Amino acid sequence: MNELRIRLGQNLGLLLAVLLFLTFYLVYNSLHPRGFSATVLVQNANESFVIVAVAMAQTVPVLTGGLDLSVGAIMTLVNCVASVVVNGSPLQMLGGIVLCLAVGTLAGLVNGLVVVVGRLQPIIATLATGAIYIGLALFIRPSPGGNVDDDLSWALTNDLGELFATYGLFEDGEAPWLAPIAWLPVPLLVMVAVVLLVWLPFRNSVTGRGVYAIGSAEGAAYMSGVRIARCKIAAYTLGGFFAGLGGLYLALQTSSGNADVPQAAQYTLNSIAAVVIGGTSLMGGTGGVVGSIFGALVIRAIAFNFRIFEIEPIMQPLFEGLVLLAAVSIGAARVFRVKNRLELLG
Amino acid sequence: MFRTKDVGAPPPFLELVGVSKRYGGVRALEGVDFACRRGSIHAVLGENGAGKSTLIKIIAGVVQPDEGSIRLAGQQVTFPDPLAANAQGIVCIFQELSLMPDLSVADNIGISNPPRGRLGLIDKRAQRRRAEELLARVGCEDVNPLERVANLPLSRRQMVEIAKALGRDPKLLILDEATSALTSGDVAKVYEILKSLRRDGLCLLYISHRMHEIEALADTCSVFRNGRHIDTFAAGTRTSDEIVQLMIGREMAHVYPDKPQRNQPPAPVLEVRDLRWTDRLNGISLTVGKGEIVGLGGLDGQGQRELLLALFGVLRGTEGEILVDGRPRAPGSPAQAKRKQTGMALIPEDRKTEGLMLPMSVAENISLAALGGLVSGPFIDREKETAAIERMVAKLRIKVGDLADPVATLSGGNQQKVVIAKWLLTEPRIVLLNDPTRGIDVGTKQELYQLLRDLADAGASILFYTTDYDELIGCCDRVLILYDGRVVRTLEGADITETNIVASSLNLPGAGAAATA
Repeated sequence: MNELRIRLGQNLGLLLAVLLFLTFYLVYNSLHPRGFSATVLVQNANESFVIVAVAMAQTVPVLTGGLDLSVGAIMTLVNCVASVVVNGSPLQMLGGIVLCLAVGTLAGLVNGLVVVVGRLQPIIATLATGAIYIGLALFIRPSPGGNVDDDLSWALTNDLGELFATYGLFEDGEAPWLAPIAWLPVPLLVMVAVVLLVWLPFRNSVTGRGVYAIGSAEGAAYMSGVRIARCKIAAYTLGGFFAGLGGLYLALQTSSGNADVPQAAQYTLNSIAAVVIGGTSLMGGTGGVVGSIFGALVIRAIAFNFRIFEIEPIMQPLFEGLVLLAAVSIGAARVFRVKNRLELLG
Repeated sequence: MFRTKDVGAPPPFLELVGVSKRYGGVRALEGVDFACRRGSIHAVLGENGAGKSTLIKIIAGVVQPDEGSIRLAGQQVTFPDPLAANAQGIVCIFQELSLMPDLSVADNIGISNPPRGRLGLIDKRAQRRRAEELLARVGCEDVNPLERVANLPLSRRQMVEIAKALGRDPKLLILDEATSALTSGDVAKVYEILKSLRRDGLCLLYISHRMHEIEALADTCSVFRNGRHIDTFAAGTRTSDEIVQLMIGREMAHVYPDKPQRNQPPAPVLEVRDLRWTDRLNGISLTVGKGEIVGLGGLDGQGQRELLLALFGVLRGTEGEILVDGRPRAPGSPAQAKRKQTGMALIPEDRKTEGLMLPMSVAENISLAALGGLVSGPFIDREKETAAIERMVAKLRIKVGDLADPVATLSGGNQQKVVIAKWLLTEPRIVLLNDPTRGIDVGTKQELYQLLRDLADAGASILFYTTDYDELIGCCDRVLILYDGRVVRTLEGADITETNIVASSLNLPGAGAAATA
């Protein structure tokens, strides 16, 4: 019981984000003409994947007390790379996917090196590298277009049944044992797999623990023998990987690449909002990727509701802003516990 | 046949030879030879600024010596960072806690070398069991390993810090004021742990200002003074008085203005009754009279800074009474504290962050606190402002090329003068000073002493915290010694001597009586 209380207390931000998401999403589904259906779920999962991936990418640097203004740019760069390389024979496609993820990871690694070795402030370092990544994206894809394998695109942006049907597996996805789970959207499964296979192991590694320690108290972490440089570089690199995943998926979803500069900036800003709504402190040290996933889903769910209520889309930023402000205000309640007013100023 | 050299005491575990360290122009350590052995508790003693902290930091790999070498178990070693020192079994418990507040107790204890399971990932269960074992070893079964460190009271945090250090299997354990925040029950437990570690053959370096702790624990004592190793002797071979003399051992270096002779105490201006704040201020009462300079003494961190901040309205949740001219005037913020009816000014400890706006000009810095009196209508009156600034520059003899230059371009002493000028412009009746002469040159120091005396003679009441005992003796009409957030001694007139100050600061039981007699 006591243990439960402690664990809840340490995850209030996450809980708040989950509650907000459920509220908005239930309202949306109950008013949607085809609400609570697999079709709607698949569509929503597709629309959410990229912002979720970019929010995950933002979370890791923020946990160290940093910030990554290049996540939208990395996503866009990988999107453009994918529109060139993800086609051809199965082996070529596999190589293309690996290349895409490698480009994202490499971009993150460069960010980490610039921040750690160059000793630049993360906010300005990633503003600069982000511009470079966008520049590369425009170089690869000066105008929207490209070629992404249609089967792969279809298979990965639909439900599990369609995935198997596309490649003629398990009786074209009609096998009886498959029926109970055939409706699950592939993007949702991919996201769960990434969390289980990438994020949770990282969080429980020594390096991941160091990321939290640095954000909590960098001096104390250094004095405790935490390898500061390695942890910070790892944080930005993992961020690059997540952003690359988002870019790859955007290519599959749109079957093309587009070096859209305003869109990249929009994704970056939304990623910061999602991180905050998800309960990760911008000072670092507390929170995590799972919270940011729900933070991103809150932002998407608000947008879904706008379609249902037929509110002018121009109202959307205003409403998103209000939600962000409310979420941040709850996080700021710690102010009432501070005894030395000087500590509020840092 | 036999080499006689090896007969007798075993070689020291840790040995420093000719170690020196400079910070800028300041010599923190100079030619220090130092050794400590296995199976012993070795106390390191010295005044504030004697070089103890630098010594520890060098041993722990936090800073690197400019000269000299370190030998560990007979092998020459260098420690580029704390990690390298850890790898050799050197573990430090610092005065400033090295815990990460947002991580859980178990995560903190396991941070340097967590138990790993499959795939090299942290085994959380094993980590939690280990944390529970270590907490039990230091008698903290009541601390839940899943609790966030930020939620623990300071005394528990310090025990977690000790548990964390034990979990790293130290060969050489350094405790820097590690008992400062502990309850007496915890202190007894820590004593037992340290004694058992000594039996296990560890080498323990113990830094403490508390003489009774050193008498209870230490086998060997080393005294440091002004960055030099003065003497090392077996515990119990010197009296407390002799140790205090070793720690002081210097002469008055500065010239101070004469103190006024008073036949009766001055009229009180600032009165403080039973001031309390968290566990740092435990019922402070004091009075500062008109024209009086009252010194705050004692070891670092006994509540002096908090007292000044509380008076100036920076701390929230203070209890007790603050009266100015007999009326309750506890300020709720620095803005309230500087209003005419209170008339306080605080010269802060760190002029670079709390005293000055470094990128702003000298002129803008000087007039900032007094702008309310330099207006005509809603606008700042440029002529009045310039006149006031020039008056201050002349009065304090601030050496400045152009008043429009950024204040960052001035020397340390002149920067401090700018901070003081800023507050003098508000015509304060109560001046609070937090270690104002730290890091400034001797000439400027003397000007400041004269200025303080002139202010007092003009009717201001001054409360002056300094870590320099000379200044307490030379400048102050009375000196209050703080210990553990309380005033433990008031020294007056001829009783303000270095021996009395040091003895009272260490809160030696006999010292108070001797000084009063």
